[in-house]
Amino acid sequence: MTDTTVSDAINNAPLVAADGTPLKQKLARTTRRMKIKAFLLTLPLVLFLLISFVMPIGQMLYQSIHNPTGSSVMPNFAKEIQSWDGEGLPSEKLFEIFVKDLAEAKKSREVGKTVGNLAIRVNYELPGSTSLIKKTARKAKKITEGPYKEALFAIDKKWENPALWKTLKRVSRDYTMSFYLAATDRKFDQSGSIVVVDELYQIYLPILWKTIWLSALITALCFIIAYPVSYLLSTLPLATSNILMILVLLPFWTSLLVRTSAWIAMLQKEGVINNVLVYLGIIADENRIQMIYNMTGTVIAMVHILLPFMILPLYSVMKTIPPSYMRAARSMGASGTYAFTRIYFPQTIPGIAAGTLLVFILAIGYYITPALVGGNDGQLISNLIAGHIKKSLNWSLGAALGTILLVVVMIFYWLYNKLVGVDKLKFG
Amino acid sequence: MKLTNLLASTAISAAIAFGATSAFADGHAKSLTVVSWGGAYTKSQVEAYHKPYMAKSGVKIKSEDYSGGIAEIKAQVTAGNVTWDIVDVELSDAIRACDEGLLETIDASTLPAGADGVAAKDDFLPGTLYDCAVANIVWSTIFAYDKSKIASGPTTMADFFDLKKFPGKRGLRKGAKVNLEFALIADGVPAADVYKVLGTPAGVDRAFAKLDTIKGDVVWWEAGAQPPQLLADGEVTMTTAYNGRIFNAVAGEGKPFEIVWDGQIWDLDLWVIPKGAKNKDTAMDFLKFSTATEQLAAQASYISYGPARKSSGALVGKYAGKDIEMAQHMPTNPKNLTNAVQSNFEFWADNADQLGERFNAWLAK
Repeated sequence: MTDTTVSDAINNAPLVAADGTPLKQKLARTTRRMKIKAFLLTLPLVLFLLISFVMPIGQMLYQSIHNPTGSSVMPNFAKEIQSWDGEGLPSEKLFEIFVKDLAEAKKSREVGKTVGNLAIRVNYELPGSTSLIKKTARKAKKITEGPYKEALFAIDKKWENPALWKTLKRVSRDYTMSFYLAATDRKFDQSGSIVVVDELYQIYLPILWKTIWLSALITALCFIIAYPVSYLLSTLPLATSNILMILVLLPFWTSLLVRTSAWIAMLQKEGVINNVLVYLGIIADENRIQMIYNMTGTVIAMVHILLPFMILPLYSVMKTIPPSYMRAARSMGASGTYAFTRIYFPQTIPGIAAGTLLVFILAIGYYITPALVGGNDGQLISNLIAGHIKKSLNWSLGAALGTILLVVVMIFYWLYNKLVGVDKLKFG
Repeated sequence: MKLTNLLASTAISAAIAFGATSAFADGHAKSLTVVSWGGAYTKSQVEAYHKPYMAKSGVKIKSEDYSGGIAEIKAQVTAGNVTWDIVDVELSDAIRACDEGLLETIDASTLPAGADGVAAKDDFLPGTLYDCAVANIVWSTIFAYDKSKIASGPTTMADFFDLKKFPGKRGLRKGAKVNLEFALIADGVPAADVYKVLGTPAGVDRAFAKLDTIKGDVVWWEAGAQPPQLLADGEVTMTTAYNGRIFNAVAGEGKPFEIVWDGQIWDLDLWVIPKGAKNKDTAMDFLKFSTATEQLAAQASYISYGPARKSSGALVGKYAGKDIEMAQHMPTNPKNLTNAVQSNFEFWADNADQLGERFNAWLAK
């Protein structure tokens, strides 16, 4: 053996750890263990997000397209009617199944499986059906023999309407687009094709557009107010700017309800601002200005409440811009405006991006403030969603509206990423 | 429907926070959570029902307020955690909740006979007993004005919509129900034909057109306690309201308000027991107790809502502690019923969704 072969053998032999396992394997095992440990540390957060965020949103998406009322209440009929071609009226056989299923459903008192559930579900698509279905269900068990068609027609002539049976066919499917149609002011007409509802009944799209442009307006106003304030905060000496900062943060820490109520006290007809204006003789007592319980009230209160979300990111970015840059630009002959637009402003863009995104997304889903001060024309889409969850109990429509709102926010986020770049965001 | 459960559980978490405390705090003593509309109305029930029942049975009653609707009942029942034992609801909500299977059924034949010995089913006014609900009172939506501010006041529903004759703001309940009926009555539709006309597209257009004439001067209210306040503050010249609230402001607080009965729309309030209520038997016992002749008559001496039993009528006397005969202030008094409509729950079951959307669209314009 030569020296070289000995050294080759040593070099080629795998390195081993103290316990004899190859070092490479040992290292891989250790890093894996550390990765698992690190992952376990994040597990509570992952689980929390899953339970409190992903699952509810997933279920909301699901509920907006999945409504099994039809098949739960009338299982046989729901299956059989799917083979009906939708021409004219269904066959006598289907009428028989319908009557028997209805009589059977009448006995149920289980939530989600009663005639009442079906009646309400059909009524969403064809107003006036609730009383028809309930009345028919009451009489259904007395119909023991055919012809079933004539028996139903005798109860109410509405059963002769093919559109009603088309609706029943749609309702019998577990998956439906109806709630998205309703949420975009559309419906199925008599022949089953999708049409826009009469202008007098259009509510969801107009309110959605209003929500979007109001949010944009609020964001713009916040920006206009916040930019100089943040500039002041970042350039003043620390002692002064700290006091100013507290003035920004104090309302931020105050309860949302308190701040909204304060605006009611300020803006109402007998409120502080109107009283002062009347006292000073600027307006007459009978001409007090309506500043609240309308769109103006919503905008004023929301701009104030969301202002800190614009000031704080702006301030944190401006704080990092050395004043020497501006001085350098000035010393090289740039005018004040030129130095500002070319040197200072571009450096604040990450803060602007963060602030506007934050304010816009918060504004688009805002609920309490418009509910309290919005009056009639200051209501936003979230107030309609709450109405369907709490008042009309049409949870599927509420879920569809919620999903649309979520998609709109995601579209804006995507657009934002394209235009500004999310990696440029800087919150502080 | 999983989301149903989830939404429900979120919605009732608040209810649990408040309701459950009563269940635990009382330990082994029997307790009952009674839910009603608050204000003067709940007060009348506490005096006439709760206090004597607690004295008689030793059950501890916890009174909770809500603002109507069946959202909470639905949430509690679908989540399987029912903390409300007995709830005072409007007729249309009682019917809908019963239809959806959210309520316990109530056998009307087990209700006690009237003080005069007449069986319950004959003693209760027609249309006040249902599969899952027993009526306690007849109430009404009327309109009222401050007579210290209008010398010769309005007398008809048409006057309410007449801004020339009676300038000033109007208070209306936010929603399609009742307002559309009022608009048609004001436009000259006889009370008996209101729902027939409202059942046609032209009738709906006509009602909204009439509402258009005062839209700019309307202050919308939502809770029953608001209208007397709006009148007292001078925010409105006249307002629609629940008759009992106005009566109590007059009789109890000496406010100079006057009720106009023309075109009143009367309705029922009923007791219902949510399905799976924790103290179902006690709730049933309380229901029988509170809808007996004497208790219904006693409630009528605290607020001007008509008792649902005929036998109670004779016992209705004066307003508690004052020399005011209650009978003439009841919605059911014949002289108040000359041009009156009974709220049609069937019409609203069919049309509430669609007309609600149209109303919201109209309001937002």
